[in-house]
Amino acid sequence: MTLILDLLPRFALWFVLAPLLPGIINKVKAWVAGRRGPPVLQLYYDLARLWRKGVVLSTLASPGFVFGPAVAWVAVMGAALLLPLGPAGGAPGFRGDMLVLIYLLALARFGTAWAAMETGSAFEGMGVAREVSYAVLAEAALITAMLALCVQTGSTSLAAMLAPAAGADAALLAAGLFVVLLAENCRVPFDDPNTHLELTMIHEVMVLDHSGPPLAVILHGASVKLLLFALLLTEAVLPVGKLAPGVAAAALAGGVLAVTVGAGLVESLLARLAFRRVPLLLTTAFLLCLFALLMAWKGGA
Amino acid sequence: MNETTNLLIGIAMGLNLLALGSSRLPTLILAMSAQGVVLGLMPLLIVEPPDWRVLLVAVATVAGKGLVIPHLLRRAMRTAHIDREVEPFIGFVPSLLLGAGGTIAAVAVARTLPLLPEHSGSLLVPGSLASVLTGFVLLIGRAKAISQVCGYLILENGIYLFGLLLIHSTPLLVESGILLDVTVGVFIIGIIVDRIQRAFDSLDTRKLTALRE
Amino acid sequence: MKELSLIIVPLVGAMLAAAWPGNRTRPWLLPLVGLIHAALSCWLLAAPPAAPLGAWLAFDALTRAVLPAVSLLFLVCALYGVSYLRVRGERSNRVFVTALLAVLGLLSAGHQARHLGLLWIATEAVTLAAVPLLHFNGTPRAFEATWKYLLIGGTGIALSLLGSFCLGYASLHGGGVGDLTFTALIAQGRGLSRPWVLAAWVLLLVGYGTKMGLAPMHTWKPDAYGEAPGIVGAILAGGVTTVAFTAILRVRAVVSAAGEAAMADRTLLALGLFSMLVAALMLLGTRDFKRMLAYSSVEHMGILTIGAALGAAGFWAAMFHVWANSLTKGALFMSAGNLRRAAGGRTTDEVCGMALLTPRSAAIFVTGMFAVTACPPFGPFFSELRVVRAAFETGHGAAATMFLTCLLFAFFGLTRLVFAIVDGRPRRTARTAGHHFPETMGLVLPPLALLGCSLWLGLWTPGVLRDAWTAAASQFFPVK
Repeated sequence: MTLILDLLPRFALWFVLAPLLPGIINKVKAWVAGRRGPPVLQLYYDLARLWRKGVVLSTLASPGFVFGPAVAWVAVMGAALLLPLGPAGGAPGFRGDMLVLIYLLALARFGTAWAAMETGSAFEGMGVAREVSYAVLAEAALITAMLALCVQTGSTSLAAMLAPAAGADAALLAAGLFVVLLAENCRVPFDDPNTHLELTMIHEVMVLDHSGPPLAVILHGASVKLLLFALLLTEAVLPVGKLAPGVAAAALAGGVLAVTVGAGLVESLLARLAFRRVPLLLTTAFLLCLFALLMAWKGGA
Repeated sequence: MNETTNLLIGIAMGLNLLALGSSRLPTLILAMSAQGVVLGLMPLLIVEPPDWRVLLVAVATVAGKGLVIPHLLRRAMRTAHIDREVEPFIGFVPSLLLGAGGTIAAVAVARTLPLLPEHSGSLLVPGSLASVLTGFVLLIGRAKAISQVCGYLILENGIYLFGLLLIHSTPLLVESGILLDVTVGVFIIGIIVDRIQRAFDSLDTRKLTALRE
Repeated sequence: MKELSLIIVPLVGAMLAAAWPGNRTRPWLLPLVGLIHAALSCWLLAAPPAAPLGAWLAFDALTRAVLPAVSLLFLVCALYGVSYLRVRGERSNRVFVTALLAVLGLLSAGHQARHLGLLWIATEAVTLAAVPLLHFNGTPRAFEATWKYLLIGGTGIALSLLGSFCLGYASLHGGGVGDLTFTALIAQGRGLSRPWVLAAWVLLLVGYGTKMGLAPMHTWKPDAYGEAPGIVGAILAGGVTTVAFTAILRVRAVVSAAGEAAMADRTLLALGLFSMLVAALMLLGTRDFKRMLAYSSVEHMGILTIGAALGAAGFWAAMFHVWANSLTKGALFMSAGNLRRAAGGRTTDEVCGMALLTPRSAAIFVTGMFAVTACPPFGPFFSELRVVRAAFETGHGAAATMFLTCLLFAFFGLTRLVFAIVDGRPRRTARTAGHHFPETMGLVLPPLALLGCSLWLGLWTPGVLRDAWTAAASQFFPVK
C-alpha cells in the first residue's frame, strides 16, 4: 500500500513533466535560429489533440499495431519509475534493478518496432532495421556505462549506484551517456525528428502510420524516455546523494535542464551525420564508457 | 604534479583516438597539433622548478609541433588543393577499436615493466606506447600522404613522451637534436609532398605503386 | 685532431660545395675531399690513436676496422662521380654534391660515435642528407622511391630512438646517472634493468635493421637503389648500411654485457638468415638489374648479421665481409649505372646484348657479379668462407647449411638476370641510345679499381687490415 502511495506521485511527476523537454529543445533551436518558435507547452496541446482524434487502422494490421505502442509506453514508464529521483530515492529499489531498467528499455524498443512491422510496409521495415541497428551499438555503450557505475560503487542497485558522483571518470561517462541519449532519442546527429524525407528518416518512419491515441502514446513515451536519459546522465555525474534534499532537487532540475539545452544546441549547431559515420560515433561513445569502466575498475583498485 | 601530468597524458591519449576516428584532414591535423601542445607543456610540470633548458624544450616543442608543423601541413593542403577527406585502408571503426585495444594493452604492459619509484604512478609509459601504436595504425591505415605525416608525428609524440622519463638525466644535446630532426624531417617531407603533388597531381599514396615486384 | 678532421673536412667541403658557383668545376670537390678523407683514415688505420674512455667521439678499434673501407669506397665513387656528373651536365649538381659530402661527414661521425644519442643523431642526419641524392633524377618514380625511403627509414629511425631511450632507462633504473656512452653502459653491465634491455634490443634491432635493410624491413631498398644514380646506390649500400651495422654491433656489446648475449646472437642469426632467404627468393623473381643489386645488398646485410652472431671468429669474418662487400658492391653499382644509361632501360624486357653495346662496363658487371656471388678468388669468397667456418665451429651446422643454400639460390638468380641483359643482340632503339653514351675512362676505371681492390683483398689481405679486424674482434670479444 505504501509502495502504491509512493509510486503514484512519482508517476504523476513523470507523466506531467516529461512532455516539457521536447518543448524546451524546440525553444532552444528556435532561439538559436532567431525565431520565436512554438510554445514550450506545444507537445501538451498536441497530445491532447491526438487523444481526442479517431484511429485509422490498416486492414492488414493485427491488434499488435495498437498493442505495440501500449507495451512500449508501459515499459518506458516502468523503467522511469525504477529510476531514483534524487533525494526521494528509488521507489521499488532492489538489487539488480539496473538490469531491469535496461531490459525494460529494450522491451519498449521491441514494442515500437513490433507495431511498425505490423503495418506490413517495407518502408517501415526499413525504419525498424535502421533503428535497431543503431540501438545495438547504443545499448553496448549504455550497458558499459552502467557497469562502470556498478564497479565504482560496488552495487547493482540504481539508488546506490547513482547517489555518489562518478568520480574521475565522470567526464568520460557524461560524454558517452550524452551520445547515447542523442542516439536513443533519435536526435541530431543520428536522426532528425523534424525530417520527413523518406531516405533519411529513422524513428519517424516507424510511427508514420500511427494516428490518434496510439500516436499520442508513442509521443508521450518518447518524451518520458528523453527525460529518463537526461535524469540518468545528471544523476550519474552529480553527487545528488550527498546534498541536502532541497539542493539536490534543484541540482537535479538544473542538470536535466542543462542536458536538454545541450541537446537543443547540438541539434541547432550540428548537421546530421551520414549513415556510414553513425557507427563511428556510437563506437566512440562505447569506448568512452569502456574507458570510464576501466578507470573505475583499475583506478579504484 | 603527478595528477596534472596524468590528466595531460590522458588528454593526449584521447586525442590519439580522435585522430584515429577523424574523417577530415583538418580534424586530424588539429588532433595532432593539440597533442603536440599538450606534450610540450609536460616538461614544465615534470621538472620543478623549470630551468632554462626545460623552458627551451617546452617552447620549442609547442612552437614546432603545435604551430609550425600544423601550419606547414595546412598550407600544403591548401596550395596543393588536397581533398579534405581522409581515405582509410583500415576503416574508422576498426582503427578506433585497434587504438582503444592498443591503449588498454599499453596500460596493461606498462604495469608489468619495472619503473623507478618516481614514475610508478605515472601514465608516461602507457601514453607513450599508445601514441606509438596510434601512429603506426595511421601510417599503415591511411592513404593520403598528409595523414601519413600526421601518423608519423603522433609516433614521434609517443617517443617524445617516453623521452620525458629521461629528462633529468639526458643532456640537452639529445633533446635539442630530437627537436631539430623532427622539424627538419617534416620540412623535407613537406617539400616532397609538394613534389609528389606536382608529379602525380594527387597526394594519394595508393598511386605510388609503380615500383614493385 | 685527425679523428675530428674526418668529420669536419667533409662538412666544410659540403658548405663549400653549396657556395661554389661553377656547375662544371663543383664535382671536383668530391675527389678532393675524398682524397683527404681517405688519406686521413689510412693514416689512422696504420697508426691508430688512443681512444679515450668515456669520450663521445673516438676512433676506436671498430671504427678503425670499418671506416677506411667507407672512405676508400667514397674516394672511388667520387672519381666516378666527376665523370657521371659531366654526363648529367644538364642538371644542377649543387644539392647533389653538397648532400654527398654531408653524407660522408655524417657517416664518419656515426662511425666514431661512442654515445647512444650522438650515434642516433648522426644516423638520422645521414638519413635526411641522403634524401636529395635519391631524387636527383627527378622522375616521378624517383619521388616515389624517395617517399618510401623517407617514410620507412623515418619510422625505423624513430623506433631506434625509442630503443635508445629504453636503453637509457635501463641504465637509469639500474642506478646509472644517465651517462649514455657505450663505455659507461658496458661498465654498468648486469646492473642494467633486464626487461628494459630486452625492449631496447628489439627496438634498436628493428630501427637500425631498417637502416641496414634487413628483411622484413628492407622494402625501401629496392625502390631507392633502383631509382638512385649508381654512386648513390654504392654509397648507401657500402657506407650508410655499415653505420647501421656498427650501431647494431655496439648495442649488441651492451646487451651482451648485460648478460643477454645468447639471446642477442639468436635474434641476429634468425634475422640474418631470414634476410638471406627473402633476398634469395626475390633474386630468383626480379627482372630489373638495379633492383637486383638491392636484393643482393639485403642478402649481404644478412651475411654480416649472421657473422656478428657467431662469436669472435664470426665477428672477424663480418669485418672482412664489410670490406669485401662494400668494394665489390661499389663496382657493381657503378657498372650497372653505366649499363642503365647506355641501355635506357632496366628490366630484362627492355635490355639485352649489353656485351656488344658497352663491352667494358658489361665485362666489369659480369666479373663483379661473380665476385659478389662469392666466386674465388675475390674477397667475398674468403669472407663468406670464414663465416661458414665460424658457423660450423660454433655448432650452427643447420644455419650454415641454410646459408649455403641461400647463396646458391642467389647465385642462380644473379647469373640468370646478368646473362639475360649481357647476352644476345641489342635492340635497335638501344643501339642508337648506346651511341650517345661514350664509355669514357672516368666511367670505367673506378669500378675496375674497386674490382681490383676486391681481388686484392681476396688474394692478399693486407696485414694492417687483419690487425685492425683482430683488434676490433678483441674489443668486442676480450680474450680470456
